[in-house]
Amino acid sequence: MTALLLPAIVGGLLTGGVYALVALGLTLIYGVLHIVNFAHGALLMAAMFGAWLLAAKLGLDPLLALPLLTAAMFAVGWALYRFVIGPVSRGQDRAILLATLGVAVVIDNGALMLFTGDSRTIETPYALAMLQAGPLLLPEAKLIAFVCALLLAALLWAFMALTDTGRAIRAVAREPEGAMLVGIRPQRMFALAYGIGTACLGAAACLLLPSFYVSPQVGESFVLIAFTIVVLGGMGSFPGALVGGLLVGVTENLGGLYLGESLGPICVPLLFIAVLLLRPTGLFGAAR
Amino acid sequence: MPAVLRAAPETVKIGMIHPVTGPLAFGGGQCRLGGQIAVADLNDVGGIKSLGGAKVEAVLGDAQGKAEIASGLVDQMAEQKVAGITGCYASNLALAVTQTAAKYSIPVSIDSGIADSITSRGLANVFRFFPDNTTMTNQAIACLDALNKGAGSPAKSAVIVHENSEFGTSTAKLLATKLAGIGIAAKETIGHATPTRDFTNIALRIKAQAPDLVLITNYPNEYQLLLRTLYQQKVDLVAAYSVSGGGFNLPFAKDQPAVSANMIDYNHWYNPHDPRAEAFRKRVEAAGHVFGWEVLFGYFAVRVLADAIERAGSADADRVIPAFAASTWHDDWLPYGPTRFVNGQNQGARGLGLQIQDADIKVIWPGDFADAKPVFPRPKAG
Repeated sequence: MTALLLPAIVGGLLTGGVYALVALGLTLIYGVLHIVNFAHGALLMAAMFGAWLLAAKLGLDPLLALPLLTAAMFAVGWALYRFVIGPVSRGQDRAILLATLGVAVVIDNGALMLFTGDSRTIETPYALAMLQAGPLLLPEAKLIAFVCALLLAALLWAFMALTDTGRAIRAVAREPEGAMLVGIRPQRMFALAYGIGTACLGAAACLLLPSFYVSPQVGESFVLIAFTIVVLGGMGSFPGALVGGLLVGVTENLGGLYLGESLGPICVPLLFIAVLLLRPTGLFGAAR
Repeated sequence: MPAVLRAAPETVKIGMIHPVTGPLAFGGGQCRLGGQIAVADLNDVGGIKSLGGAKVEAVLGDAQGKAEIASGLVDQMAEQKVAGITGCYASNLALAVTQTAAKYSIPVSIDSGIADSITSRGLANVFRFFPDNTTMTNQAIACLDALNKGAGSPAKSAVIVHENSEFGTSTAKLLATKLAGIGIAAKETIGHATPTRDFTNIALRIKAQAPDLVLITNYPNEYQLLLRTLYQQKVDLVAAYSVSGGGFNLPFAKDQPAVSANMIDYNHWYNPHDPRAEAFRKRVEAAGHVFGWEVLFGYFAVRVLADAIERAGSADADRVIPAFAASTWHDDWLPYGPTRFVNGQNQGARGLGLQIQDADIKVIWPGDFADAKPVFPRPKAG
């Protein structure tokens, strides 16, 4: 077991990087805006099918497709909020929850109709490639995803902390009436933030696809863990989403290693409970 | 006087319960597709002749991979007066459906539920045309033994990896008990959940054990992710061998040629020497569908049920169930021989040893049905 410890930790970090990618968008939508976005998994799935279509039909490598798909998903997210979720919910939390659930059902079943239940994969030059690092064999596709997760977390943090728009989004989330008094239009900020959160899924999809598969159910594999990470890391904290993702990845792997793959998954909920008992606002959450 | 007016024969309804959404959607969809093709074929040749050419109508139900929903669908189908039900792709769904259908005495023709307990509980309304788990596992062991001995017995140890529901767990237990009898030591048995997102841990554990074989029994996505990870971690094996491998299919062979090459599976397949079977596969593919063994399951589950209704001359359960039990249905598409049900289980049902070669699925065992020679042991990992 000791010989497997280092590979398990490194493997967990790489998998955690993938989790963080999915959680980064969610921490903006759920953590900052407090929208319980049931559509997050469905939108990830839609983005992955987008990346798959670009790769399988047009021969566009997912890494090259990343800027295109990120922009496209921003537009999708912005339009969804502007024309569906916003008008349907009229600002009520319960209605927002149901609206995103409705969007998820439509996307899930639309994908099932268009693509059937088949799982699809793509082959890229780096999809199966491994990097030898001492005794470790590291999958290049996951390494790329890991580095991109770090970059994306830094970018999002900088955007929210250093730009006027980021500050406006945070202001709307904290004090909507105060924000309006200084000329910020909350619904515009909500749509923008929802668009940015969804854009993150475009990037995540391009980075996930070379090492995973896409099917109409693929979002379900990630969405629950993403919600766990967002709360664990601290609602609305991008460093929290990143560190939370890595921690969950490592915990999963070590749990599997020492408790077996059937019992191992209990370690993540245990970690979740332990962190919230000690720090109710999550690892990086700000006290209110 | 006008000619005597005859009432059009009534429709015979056949319920089809499969998981067509949720994590088992691919296999469930394949079974449903096969069932729908069978219904179309039956109607094309005049429906149920003993019922005056009554057309067959499929009543579709989506179990979503959940036993309680599958069970509820039986209640709905009973109200719709179905003559029988086919389904349910997964064993846990089949267990729920057969139990509820027994309450209404609705005959159930199992397609892809493999657990022995589906037919061994003594329910008179349940019939499985296809092999059960014990049969498949015993035959899989015989196939593995033949391949190993044929190559000079290079495989002496194995690690078993299984998904941890009824299907995978029961198969893994059977495998573990049978391996010693063919001179192969089971080093470890590893269970995993469905879905599992990452198999690095399991691959590294297997690598540390350095077995000659990895024996796999799980569902499609995890099957392919596991093999992909074994390939990436350069786990050197005499063979990777699955029993009823959920992900062993043509898209896997074509989309991931490097990972899937030389993968061996003991599974359901058609007789490659029967030209009708090949024509059926081409027909499914020409319609834009993936052809997998589940399509055959769905197809033949409906055909044997319709045959029982035909011979019963009635859609009433009281007559269909005895007719089903007395079935001698025979079609050489499948390598089965004439049907003979004992306690609802077809005794002639069998699987075949399959291997992915040149991005296609070939039969490698037994020799009577083989259309390719086995690659065993496989070439060393790069």
